[in-house]
Amino acid sequence: MFNLHGYGPSILQGTIVTIAISLASLALAMLLGIGGALSKLSSSKPLQIASQTYTTIIRGIPDLVLMLLVFFGGQVFINQVAPMVGYEEYIDINPFIAGVSTIGFIFGAYMTETFRGAILAVPRGQLEAAYAYGMGRMKVFSRILMPQMIRHASPGFGNNWLVLVKTTALVSIIGLDDMVRKASLAAGATRMPFTFYLVVALNYLIITSVSVYILKWLETRYSMGVIKA
Amino acid sequence: MDLSLIIENIGIYIEGLKHTVVLVSVSLFIGLLLAIPLAVLRTSKNYFIQAPIRAYVYFFRGTPLLVQMFIVYYGFGQFEAIKASFLWPFFKEAYFCALFAFTLNTGAYTTEIIRGAIEATPHGEIEAAKATGMSRMLMLRRIILPSAFRRALPTYSNEIIFMLHGSSLASVITIIDITGAARIINSRFYSPYEAFLTAAVFYMALTFLIVFLVKKLEVRWYAHLRPQETATVEARV
Repeated sequence: MFNLHGYGPSILQGTIVTIAISLASLALAMLLGIGGALSKLSSSKPLQIASQTYTTIIRGIPDLVLMLLVFFGGQVFINQVAPMVGYEEYIDINPFIAGVSTIGFIFGAYMTETFRGAILAVPRGQLEAAYAYGMGRMKVFSRILMPQMIRHASPGFGNNWLVLVKTTALVSIIGLDDMVRKASLAAGATRMPFTFYLVVALNYLIITSVSVYILKWLETRYSMGVIKA
Repeated sequence: MDLSLIIENIGIYIEGLKHTVVLVSVSLFIGLLLAIPLAVLRTSKNYFIQAPIRAYVYFFRGTPLLVQMFIVYYGFGQFEAIKASFLWPFFKEAYFCALFAFTLNTGAYTTEIIRGAIEATPHGEIEAAKATGMSRMLMLRRIILPSAFRRALPTYSNEIIFMLHGSSLASVITIIDITGAARIINSRFYSPYEAFLTAAVFYMALTFLIVFLVKKLEVRWYAHLRPQETATVEARV
């Protein structure tokens, strides 16, 4: 259907980079999300304030500004700090690390909210019952809280994932070879920007559609024990 | 941190702020105008009316705003037909392209938000409207849309904030919005903290302003749902 003038494999490589960035950022976001949710619900005041500040700041600032701040600001920061610990050479920030850490950091905030809601949706009585049986904190988390949390978190989680995949397009701006950047290189060489950007758009549609399919399956899997009206 | 750098160059940020505000408010406004009829038509049972709207929403919600903007700004120039037409003076301007892409993007999201709100209308309200003999248009105007707007407001306020954040992408196609201003300061003075943190402060302020305004609107729109404390006091007098 599309004549890609031999740039097909290059776009495909970019697609793989896009998926890799998405998954790596997702892993980071989930870690931060769990941590954030537990600190929001903890009884420690400093933890509560820290996690509240984190989510408020992230939701107030555009992704692109944060990414540019991490990419350019991080560069300056590292090169100011490195000589202090005795490292003299100039350090270049890897755009992959800058991209993944920014996106992970941003979506960690959204995941925090999702997980917090999911934890609150698990009835307290069940946790109390588990403690009464003599289960330890870890066991209560892995056997009682986690399995039910996944069910409550899955719609919000799915949404976050879909937005995250689309946000990865921004890494092309800081020079990472994802599919958007591959497309712009190909577009420059062939003077067919419409074709290439459309192909990339369709690739995103495929990724999101497949994700929606998997998420649906996951949701059914984890709500097996729930009676639907 | 060198704050004097920002104070000296605050003019660029103010200029950027203007562009951000215009881009966001114009695209939100046209997007909303587009979304209301589309959402109503989307609930139609006719497949041929429903399917194209569905495809539009699916495309714009499933692809990144950045790519949509690139398709408009870089992509449309690929076609001689567009280049030769009266549209070209518009599509060769970055500003118009950003506006065009933002409008279609927020239009798609808003269509989906309003559709959800319309479909959540309690069945009894529609039945009652029909029973009083309202026509479909009248029912839409007096019953369905007012209550759908109330239900859609919290979700729509999120969309406003997303659009504000999304507008920062305009800086990628040479428009000097707040982010564009920050990029200029950063490349001119190589001072990323000052440049981008200032932009962040501007966006935070705008976000809080939006949240505040929506709260005010909520108070007005949900007035009839609040417990009426004053009524008893007045009754006593």
